[in-house]
Amino acid sequence: MTTPVTVSRVRRRQIAQLIANGMRLDGRGLTEYREIKIERGLIERAEGSAKVSLGRTIVLVGVKVGIGEPYSDRPNEGVLTVNSELVPLASPEFEAGPPGEESIELARVVDRGLRESKSIPLEELCIIPGKKVFIIFVDVYVLNHDGNLIDTSAMAALAALLNTKIFNYEVEDGEVVKIKPGFKPLPIRNYPIAVTLAEIDGKLVVDPWLDEEEVMNARITFTFDKDGNICAIQKGGGGFFTKEQVLEAMRIAREKSEELRKIVVEG
Amino acid sequence: MQKAPVRLIDEEGKRVDGREWNELRPIKIEVGVLNNADGSAYIEQGKNKILAAVYGPKEAHPRHLTLPDRALLRCRYHMAPFSVEERKSPAPSRREIELSKVIRESLEPAIFLEHYPRTAIDLFIEILQADGGTRCAGITVASLALADAGIPMRDLVVACAAGKVDNKIVLDLNDIEDKEGEADVPVAFMPNLNAVTLLQMDGTLTPEEFEQAVNLAIEGCKRIYKMQKEALKARYLAIKREVEEQ
Repeated sequence: MTTPVTVSRVRRRQIAQLIANGMRLDGRGLTEYREIKIERGLIERAEGSAKVSLGRTIVLVGVKVGIGEPYSDRPNEGVLTVNSELVPLASPEFEAGPPGEESIELARVVDRGLRESKSIPLEELCIIPGKKVFIIFVDVYVLNHDGNLIDTSAMAALAALLNTKIFNYEVEDGEVVKIKPGFKPLPIRNYPIAVTLAEIDGKLVVDPWLDEEEVMNARITFTFDKDGNICAIQKGGGGFFTKEQVLEAMRIAREKSEELRKIVVEG
Repeated sequence: MQKAPVRLIDEEGKRVDGREWNELRPIKIEVGVLNNADGSAYIEQGKNKILAAVYGPKEAHPRHLTLPDRALLRCRYHMAPFSVEERKSPAPSRREIELSKVIRESLEPAIFLEHYPRTAIDLFIEILQADGGTRCAGITVASLALADAGIPMRDLVVACAAGKVDNKIVLDLNDIEDKEGEADVPVAFMPNLNAVTLLQMDGTLTPEEFEQAVNLAIEGCKRIYKMQKEALKARYLAIKREVEEQ
């Protein structure tokens, strides 16, 4: 558990009072995202990469593609693994060392969205059944933490996968995989988008920034696929939502997810 | 190797273990089962067998973790190596670390942590046998262990999952329904406060199905809540009897 950033009581009250009146300290509306900027393919050594900034939050995702063994219970499927690093340079709260629960949760929520929406057709990443498959390593690298790491990371992961290429290969004697020159794009079938809302004094706001995360009672993330179905949910924080708030959050998230998807997929 | 299609609901609408869509698995709860712990409880839900124990409020170690204005709640959700089909390494997995976090966050809103500043409350949940829905049964039993430790709470937290199996929304998924089904929605709830304290989902659901699933899960929570209270009462009636006999 990272130590909470201290927000003074005055600021706490200011944030809450503004929200109660439908406003926010940084001038946004309650369901308005910060400015989103996406840079694609900036790491040449990686098979795919993207850097997404959401206001002052910056997340870089690099995708590496390797060849390895499939899981024994899924011999005909490629492997997707998502890992996240809260790099110490990103925040005074982050420390070097093995991943903590926050980092693990972040990676697992991003993973769940990609996996459950079947965005990557893993069965198409099988090379020799039971022996060789493509392994897609998605590494989430947080570079500056100013709140809402989940949405930023999910967008960066999707943007990075969308420009990921996998190498051409041929199989010799049904055993050896030979890499041939040239690449083809990684197949992507779905575009999951995570939308996080924070509950502050009974009000819901989207895309909480760091100070709002400090003040919030709880957060909830809905990940929607391209057909408007929910493919992952995660509640976080030591507070609660009423059932009515959960359903309201779902409706807001569904709407916002379409808006964000356009930016990530088409933009 | 094509997986044989699994039928999880038969022609008569019965599930693999013979239940109806809105039926809970048999539940057995016992409070106060361990001597050393300040509070403890045990639950069986289907083939799930789960122990929870609470130590504290007590001095927090290491000291730098103490919070000036409230107690520190620490939670460890852990699966025994023999609790699942294939032996699980006893080292905490990423899944267990995530679950420990969300379980802690599901219980925090219930506890008057501000009554015990600078202390720690340690909660241990041991999954002795897993049969799907362990996080939910773990929360249900953990809040009883907290109550048994005499820690003041706003309400008991109770948890239950609903999900989608063979295209139908069903209550309290077992292991095979969880693995083969289309979606799983665990919910933790404080009935007196209408408070959802844990909500997760994996799988795919339309917004309408999600709403149904949440409603059904909360319905399940309310039923388990009654059993929780019975178990707690039984514990105190037993103590009362013991005292009267002396």
